[in-house]
Formats: sequence, structure tokens, C-alpha cells
Amino acid sequence: MSEPKNSFLSPFVFTLICMAMMGGLIGLVAGVANGSGPLGLISGALFMFLISFLAIFLRQKELIVRYSICFFLIIFGFLFIGIIGVFLGLILGWFSGWFLYWLNLGRYRAKLQPYLSAGQVLWHYTFRVICGVIFVFLITPILVVMPLSFNAQDFFTFTPEMLRFDPDGYSLKHYKDFFTNNEWQRSFKNSLLIAPVATIVSVSLGTLAAIGLSQSHVPFKRAITAILISPMIVPLIISATGMFFFYSHVGNFLEDRIGLDKNFVGYVKVILAHSVLGIPFVIITVTATLVGFDSSLTRAAANMGADPVKTFFKIQMPLILPGVISGGLFAFITSFDEVVVVMFVGSTNQKTLPWQMFTGLREQISPTILAVATILVAISIALLVTLELLRRRSERLRGLSPG
Amino acid sequence: MVNSSPNSTLLSADGTPLKKSLSRSLRQQKIRALLLISPLLIFILVAFIMPIVSMLSRSVENDLVSQTLPATVSAIQSWDALSGELPDELVYKAFAQDIQNAAKVKVHTKVALRLNYEKSGIASLFKKTARKAKKWDMETDGPFKEKLIKVHKGWGEVEVWQIIKTHSPRYTSGYFLNAIDMRKTAEGADFQPEDKTILIKLFQRTLVMSLIITFSCILLGYPVAWLLANLPMRQANLLMILVLLPFWTSLLVRTSAWKVMLQQQGVINDILVQLSLVSDDARLIMINNEIGTIVAMTHILLPFMILPMYSVMQTIPPSYLRAAKSLGATNWTAFWRVYFPQSIPGIGAGSILVFILAIGYYITPEIVGGTKGVFISNRIAYHILKSLNWGLAAALGTILLVAVLILYWTYDKIVGIDNVKLGG
Repeated sequence: MSEPKNSFLSPFVFTLICMAMMGGLIGLVAGVANGSGPLGLISGALFMFLISFLAIFLRQKELIVRYSICFFLIIFGFLFIGIIGVFLGLILGWFSGWFLYWLNLGRYRAKLQPYLSAGQVLWHYTFRVICGVIFVFLITPILVVMPLSFNAQDFFTFTPEMLRFDPDGYSLKHYKDFFTNNEWQRSFKNSLLIAPVATIVSVSLGTLAAIGLSQSHVPFKRAITAILISPMIVPLIISATGMFFFYSHVGNFLEDRIGLDKNFVGYVKVILAHSVLGIPFVIITVTATLVGFDSSLTRAAANMGADPVKTFFKIQMPLILPGVISGGLFAFITSFDEVVVVMFVGSTNQKTLPWQMFTGLREQISPTILAVATILVAISIALLVTLELLRRRSERLRGLSPG
Repeated sequence: MVNSSPNSTLLSADGTPLKKSLSRSLRQQKIRALLLISPLLIFILVAFIMPIVSMLSRSVENDLVSQTLPATVSAIQSWDALSGELPDELVYKAFAQDIQNAAKVKVHTKVALRLNYEKSGIASLFKKTARKAKKWDMETDGPFKEKLIKVHKGWGEVEVWQIIKTHSPRYTSGYFLNAIDMRKTAEGADFQPEDKTILIKLFQRTLVMSLIITFSCILLGYPVAWLLANLPMRQANLLMILVLLPFWTSLLVRTSAWKVMLQQQGVINDILVQLSLVSDDARLIMINNEIGTIVAMTHILLPFMILPMYSVMQTIPPSYLRAAKSLGATNWTAFWRVYFPQSIPGIGAGSILVFILAIGYYITPEIVGGTKGVFISNRIAYHILKSLNWGLAAALGTILLVAVLILYWTYDKIVGIDNVKLGG
């Protein structure tokens, strides 16, 4: 706890000024909300100033001081605001206790290079705060949706009951609506039918082509790759426009000439369109896995008398499986998430979950959408975890494979 | 196999010249690779490339008029559209015959709709005429000039005949002219009247807003990518989740989340009102305008900016910055002259990716954009689903496709097609 002699501010004064500024800012916000800004500013600054003053003198008993600040602010919050006040008090009390000693005891320097100037240290932490704000921007919308989906009322915002943590403010009725409403259920089933079948088509064709592409001598490799990747590059709206014209001809042909069932043809059209969209992802991930594949393994297998099919399933497939599965997951999520193409190519019988959400958002707004959104977020978290596990497994396998 | 061969050439085990044998095995390899690729290649060509080509052809195709009114089209060629006089009886007779035939098989409504894009009112003119024409006897009921004008005085207008003549060729540049707010008239290409020009404005808006979105993505993405690339692996992986979770979450979930946040009765406005920063009757309008589209799309496309930037920044050794500083550079000079130039490929890759994605976006502008925040893609969808002016939709799509292909070509030049990486 040696205090730097050459700084123009002693840690004591520095801490007091910072804490008073923080208190003033919080006081200003609270003051504006309750009618008088300046009063809030002054009392907040004074309050924090006094607390810091006491705390610095009692710094030998740091833990006790921090607990008592927390406790004091919780009581304070409960008396003036209510249940939410307890949470706010807890957060503020914990933060100010930590922040106070962090400043006063110079802990902010502990993990940095000792030669940094004061300005550099300040910039270091300002930069961290800026990044933190951007991360909040990235994640907040997704987090906000979840609690709102348990809203007992048909609002898209937090009701006073919810903010008081009143159990009456929460209900599962939007989830119940999702699981009982025919429209939602039908679209959910359509999604569960279309996405897996489209994934199977794109994974089987895509894996085969990726193996072909990663051979050593492929004529017109660049052109072929460009064509195979093109569904990812062309904006969806253009793909959808093109498919709209083309698939209606194909559909008419299948229905009138061959005499297939109209509903069946509709599904076929949507599945074909979706598998096209998923193929680039399969190609990219599988070729990336094949880059690390040791081709002497297939020669060794052939040497021992395995035919190409057996070599593929016994040797090559297990090694590239992580890449195939993650490509498949990409293809699945592409199809599962897709609205524009299915809207243009399909009819209402093929209405998928995102399509239903889209119409819901555009026309009759119902909070059931938020319940569906929460379920979808859960699904995407599951997919993310699976992908990460696969990536690790793939790295491990590559580490073990010779070459 | 023949065993006898000149002594000068090398032979393989079965006796064929080595060169021949090698080239045969190379050919076999090539054929095998092509065989493996061909199912998918054929599938993509049929199910994706052909639809795109059919869209391109539809943007210039115009066989509706010449198919439905074949006699009129051939008769009207001898009429001088700029003479200011009505065509003669021959044309009228041919038209009466055509419209009678068309009305019998009920195809006259299609051509009526098509010509109605050029001049509103033609649809009703055709429908009324077709109803009457069904009862006419072609042999005895002449002359048809007076008869048609009596059915509807529109047949006495030169402009109607000019439109029929202008749109009689099988291929037309009309849709493309429409797509850039011009129209095809008897005198040639001409600008649309003021009240009908919206497409140029939409193209401009799409471009400007995509640029704004790209720049805000750079602005927000750069610090995050820098932080991720410079933190220890464990912490970076943990923070990466915060980037990848939005990336993996359904587009509609994120769009609906922004609708929830930005509405006038939404979360942000409620908080601001609670804090008395905004009074209850002056809630901010952040949705159904440009702000809504920009905020929501920046959020949605931000991961596409961060991931390529991150992968580039990971390869920049942090020791360069330290070296620059030890040679006397200030923080800013060290960053600007040493670090930033090396991170430009990442910015370029991310920007082009985000920009290409942004100019083709449809769902998000449709939901949070209102009327002021929509893109050209919304207009394409409108023409496909609502107004059924498919030719114009195809022309708009073609223009957009060309723009994207040019951008993509640039992307290929800067980054290379093989460097496309997926977040993971």
C-alpha cells in the first residue's frame, strides 16, 4: 500500500473525487426521475463522498466495510423504491465497495505493465468499457425477449407487476397458446419436416461433391467452386425471385403432366429450394475438414484390400464426420430460419415457423411470437454448444491422425 | 496390351509407355472427381442457376401482347404511331377478332393487366370491350372502327394504340426503363411523371442505408474484434459466445426483439419515460423509419463484420505494436501506422460481406422499416406478391444481381473466394 509520491493527486483525493462524481451521476438520474435534478446530484455526490471517506479510513477491515455498504444500500433501496430497490441497492453497494478499494489501493495497476502512463491506463479501461457497451448492444435484445415471453398480459413490454416480481405478472399462457394453437403447431410441424429433409439432401450431395473437389486434379475447379457457392452469394430476394418464376413452371408440370398431389408438389418445391440454399455451407465446412485429411490413409486401406465404398465409410467418413455434421447444422439452421424463399415458392400449406412469425409480426401482433422466439433461442444455444463440441472433437482427431 | 515397343521410351509394369500410362491415370482421376461433383453440379445448375437465368430472361420477355393479339400486332406494324391519326379499319378489324378469341378463352385479362402498368384505365377498357365482343359476328358486324369507339371512347385515343404498338415486340427494354423510373413511349424512352418516380429514390436509399449500416458495423466491430484478438484465449473464447449467440439466433427472433425494444410502448421508451428523460406524450419514434432499420440491421449484421476482422487481427503479432512504441511512436502513431494498415484486409472482407448482405435484405426492413426505411428488395417482393408486375420485379432483381456480382468480384480480388470463413 505504498502511495506513489510523484503523482499530483494522492490516491485519497483521487478516490474521493471519483466516488463523488459517480454518486453525483447516479443521484442526478434518480433526481431527474423524481422531479429535482440538482438536489439529486448534490445529495448523491455528498453521500458517496462520506461513504468513501469513512471506508478509506477503515481500509484495514475491507470486507466488513464492503458488506456494510451493501447492507446499508439494500435497506435504503427497500425503503424508498421497494423490491427492485433491494436489487439495485445490492448491485450498487457491491459495485461501489469494489470500485472504491480498486481505486484507492491502486488495484487497477496490478495487472498492467508498470511502465504505462496514467493516460494509457485510463484509455485501457475506457476501451474495455466501450467494448462492454457493444457487447451489451449485441446481447440485450436476445435477453430482453426471454422474460417478456412469460408476460401474463398481451403487452410487448414489462408490466409493473413483472417489475415487482409479482407471480401474478408472469404466466406460461403464451407457451400454452403456441402448443395448442393449430396455426402455430402446423407451421412448427412444417418446419420440422422441411428443414431435416432439405438438410439430408444438401449434406449427401454436398459431401460427395466436397470429396470430389478436394481431389488433387479437378478440371475447372475455380468455376465449379464459384457455381456451387453461388447460392450463398446471391441475395436471398433475388434467389427467391428467380425460384418463384421457375418453380411455378416445375410445379405446374409435376401436377398437370405427371398428376402428382398438389400438396406433395408444394413440399417438394420448398425442400429443393431450401437444400440449394444449404449446399454452400456444407461444401465450405466439409472441404475445410478435408484439407487436414491424410490421403495416404485411403491408399493404405486400398492396399489392404478395401473397396472404395468400404474405404469411404470405414476410413474417410469417421474422420470427416465432425465437418459433415457442422455443415449439416449450418444447412439445417439456414432452412429452419428461412422466410423469403418459402414465401415465394410455397403456398400456405407449407407455411413454416419463421413465415408464421413474419406474418404475426406484420399483422396481428401476439406475444406468442416472443414465446416462440425464446424456444428458438434455446434451440440455437443447443446448436452452438453442439458445434463447439464438434470443433473440439475435430481438433482432437486431427491431432491424433498421422501426418 | 502390346509388349513390343521402341527401347527409347520408358515402360510401365504392363508394358505401355509410361507417359501414356500416367496421362491415363490422370484422366481417370479427373473423371472420378467430376463424377463425384456432377450430381451436385447438375442439381445446382437445374435448381438454382436455371431459375436465375429464367428471371433474367423474364425481365426482357414480352410475348403476352404478341401472343394474345397476333393479328393486331401484325396489322399495326404498317401504322405510323407518330402520325397523330388513328389506325385504319384493318387494324380495328384485326383487334376485334383478337379480342373475341381472347375473351373466349379468357386470356384477355392478362394482357389488360400488362398494358395497365403503362396507362391506368386500359384494364377496364379491355374488359368492357371483351364482354361486348363475345357477341359479335366477324363477317357481318363491320365496320369495327365505329363499333369499338362506340363501346368505349378509349379506342378513339391515339395513345392507346401507341401503347399497344410500343409493347408488341417479343422482347422489350420496357421493364428496365421502368426500373429506373423511365417509360417506353411511341417517341422512345422518356422519364416517368414526377408522382410516379420512386424506384431511383429507393435504389439511392438502399445504397445510402447499406453504407451507413456497413460503417456503423465497422465502428462497433473494430474495438470488439481487437479486444477478442488480444485477450488470452480462454477469455476471448468466453466473450466470443456473446458474438456467436446473436449470429446463431434466428433472424426473426432478433427482428422481433428489436420491435419489442424500439416500439413507442416498448422497452427503451419505457425506461426513458421512467427516468423522466422523455415525457410520456413525447415518446421517441424509433421504429417504422430509417432509425429502426439501421439499428436492427447493424445488430443483425455485426457478427458478420466481427468474425472476419477477428480472424485477420489474430494473425497480427502484438509485438509489432510494442516494437513501434519502443522506437518512439506515440500510442496513436503506433496504432495508425503499424496496426491499422495490417487490419485493413479484415475491414475490407467484413465490409463487403456486410454490404452485400445489407443491400439484399428484405425481412428486417419490412418489419421495422415502415415506409421510410424499406429497401429495393421490399419493392421486388411487393411486385411479386401484391401487384403481380413480375417483369418489373425481374428487372429490379437483375439490376441488384449485377450490383452484387460486381461487389463479389471485388471481394474475390481483395480476399479470395477460398477465404470465406464461417463463424465457428
